Amino acid sequence: MQPILKVDNLCVDFNSDGKKIRALDNISFDVKQGETVCIVGESGSGKSVTSLSIMRLLEYENGSIASGEILFEGEDLAQKTQHDMRDIRGNDISIIFQEPMTALNPVFTIGRQLMEGVMRHKKVSKDEAYNRALELLELVGINDVKVRMKQHPHELSGGMRQRIMIAIALACNPKLLIADEPTTALDVTIEAQIINLLNELKEKINMSIIFITHDMGVAAEIADKIIVMYAGKVVEEGTVYQIFDEPTHPYTKGLLQSIPTEKEGRKQKLYSIEGTIPSLTDLPTGCRFHPRCEFATDQCRQVEPSLQDVNGRKVACWNYDKVIGKDKVES
Amino acid sequence: METVNSSEPSEKVVDEQDVLVEIKNLKKYFPIKDGLFNREKQFVKAVDDISLQIRKGETFSLVGESGSGKSTLGRTILRLQEPTDGQIFFNGKDITNLKKRDMRKIRHDMQVIYQDPYGSLNPRMKIYDIIAEPFRINKTLSGKALEKRVIELMELVGLDPTRRNRFPHEFSGGQRQRIGIARAIALNPKFILADEAVSALDVSVQAQVLNLLVELQEELDLTYLFIAHGLNVVRHISDRVGVMYLGQLVEVGEVEELYKRPAHPYTSALISTNPTPDPRAKREKVILQGEIPSPSNPPSGCRFHTRCPLAQDICKTKTPELVPISEERSVACHFPLIQG
Ligand SMILES: Nc1ncnc2c1ncn2[C@@H]1O[C@H](COP(=O)(O)OP(=O)(O)OP(=O)(O)O)[C@@H](O)[C@H]1O
Ligand SMILES: Nc1ncnc2c1ncn2[C@@H]1O[C@H](COP(=O)(O)OP(=O)(O)OP(=O)(O)O)[C@@H](O)[C@H]1O
Ligand code: SF4
Ligand SMILES: [Mg+2]
Ligand SMILES: [Mg+2]
Repeated sequence: MQPILKVDNLCVDFNSDGKKIRALDNISFDVKQGETVCIVGESGSGKSVTSLSIMRLLEYENGSIASGEILFEGEDLAQKTQHDMRDIRGNDISIIFQEPMTALNPVFTIGRQLMEGVMRHKKVSKDEAYNRALELLELVGINDVKVRMKQHPHELSGGMRQRIMIAIALACNPKLLIADEPTTALDVTIEAQIINLLNELKEKINMSIIFITHDMGVAAEIADKIIVMYAGKVVEEGTVYQIFDEPTHPYTKGLLQSIPTEKEGRKQKLYSIEGTIPSLTDLPTGCRFHPRCEFATDQCRQVEPSLQDVNGRKVACWNYDKVIGKDKVES
Repeated sequence: METVNSSEPSEKVVDEQDVLVEIKNLKKYFPIKDGLFNREKQFVKAVDDISLQIRKGETFSLVGESGSGKSTLGRTILRLQEPTDGQIFFNGKDITNLKKRDMRKIRHDMQVIYQDPYGSLNPRMKIYDIIAEPFRINKTLSGKALEKRVIELMELVGLDPTRRNRFPHEFSGGQRQRIGIARAIALNPKFILADEAVSALDVSVQAQVLNLLVELQEELDLTYLFIAHGLNVVRHISDRVGVMYLGQLVEVGEVEELYKRPAHPYTSALISTNPTPDPRAKREKVILQGEIPSPSNPPSGCRFHTRCPLAQDICKTKTPELVPISEERSVACHFPLIQG
């Protein structure tokens, strides 16, 4: 099947006090129809920048696309004007952010904001928009929809605001929904409701989702495919089962091992990746992960590995065979 | 008619010597001011009648949704906030009404590590001065002895002492959290409140800090009150856990047992919805309806009844007490999921 979104060798720069910072370095991945792709990685790895690039919201943050393509249904979003993008944003592609309060307008009612979402891209009457707004609220599992329409954001709880954000994002039946840490600020009980909702919606309307999270537990519950990012690079890509069953990149493996689970004894020493993610202005030579990597060799310190196909997935590591332990099997 | 029979489960009796912190019927109410007349007529009952013992050398964790009162309970125990009612004992001594001056001495023994490794350090102070500050305030060490101790502390928490003249912004999140920890253990405390101390950190760095906390606990014989919303982290680091809902403890128990066989329906929901890093884990989830109600106007009877899948009529009217169902488990529910 043709992917709905294909990001190809994307490079993104920020201009910070006259200095150029490369925040995304040659990243590639695709998203198929009805697929949920999770982007994971630690803080500063480039997850949000990736989503802002696709939406072309970078320009509002002194960023720019230096090279590469973002093919959405075959058309390159990287080449669109902001004017064209206004027709695409909120229509074919929608985004929801971590903090719903900042994205909702505090002075307008929920109903008005929903109806605006509906009318922005579709020529419909007020009545039609009103009915569609009610429908959307029901779709995201909100009760007393007519009452809610008249309320303001501050009258709703955090979980409910996030549902409203999702409802607005769905207003025009987007083909692709980008959700940037939509549950990170919520309690686990509410997070479970939202994840459940997204999984249900996916089945109902066959939409594609890019879900950004730093929680591997959440990724395990929602992802079909996982993209692991590190310091502005994609270091591994695979199905959710490939990633969790047999991580191939030392960073992915380390991330998974660092999570405390039932298996380790209580208060036993946890595996941890030494050190911290490097700053983009002071990147190490060779593989960006090498200073923290237990598999690193001279080659890793000198030459940057590129993302290559390995056993039906992708990994950027010189020593992936040692990571999956093939050498042990052979010797 | 009720009879007390001898087989009724009772709480394990812990020797007084082994209890570091005890609170009895602790309450902390925040007044909600009436905008028009500025009369205080309503309260947020952030901590509402909580009794609990924390044993020497253990990690006691508090879990529960945002707004359930975890931080308020922790801060009130340390008297960083004054209790509305109830008693606080530290090392057998009633500290509820201690005067500021006497409290200051006790405070050496009770320290806090905060969530925000960015906001809690003074950006204009060098790391050396941040860690040395407790000694200077208390005039306990100076000169060479102070320098030696600061270097020792930096090494203990895994910071490179040669970087002691740098400023906080030159350190990563995990390193800043280590600075906060070095400062907290500086005066050899007995008790540390760690309020979301690892919550803002990435997992790889979180693991480093958790390892450090466990090592320090063993080396320095520390007792932790650990507040976190990450249930995987809590299972890893705790001995016992208290589950809070709307200002009250609804369940207390030994961590392994509590995770495996929760007794309170709320605990069960929390644990079942905790995301597990295993895509094959097909667990029955107890997805709660709605959200935590407002603590200024909590539901009658059992405060959880509005969201509880097991609620019966009695739950709407009668408040369940926190009672032991076995030596190491107490639960406040009319229909607990296990019988001890
Ligand atoms: N407007 C900007 N100007 C300069 N640098 C930026 C800007 N926005 C982001 N960056 C840098 O780009 C890198 C990637 O940031 P990004 O926000 O994508 O991280 P992230 O993976 O989403 O992290 P988090 O988990 O903390 O949200 C970081 O090093 C960040 O400092
Ligand atoms: N200084 C204060 N004045 C008024 N109300 C307060 C104050 N501090 C806390 N509260 C209220 O008390 C309740 C409990 O808050 P608390 O911060 O203890 O919750 P928490 O369990 O620590 O939540 P979180 O997980 O979000 O940190 C909340 O309703 C809160 O709004
Ligand atoms: S390329 Fe080398 S340094 Fe980089 S992750 Fe692989 S083994 Fe580690
Ligand atoms: Mg981000
Ligand atoms: Mg708190």
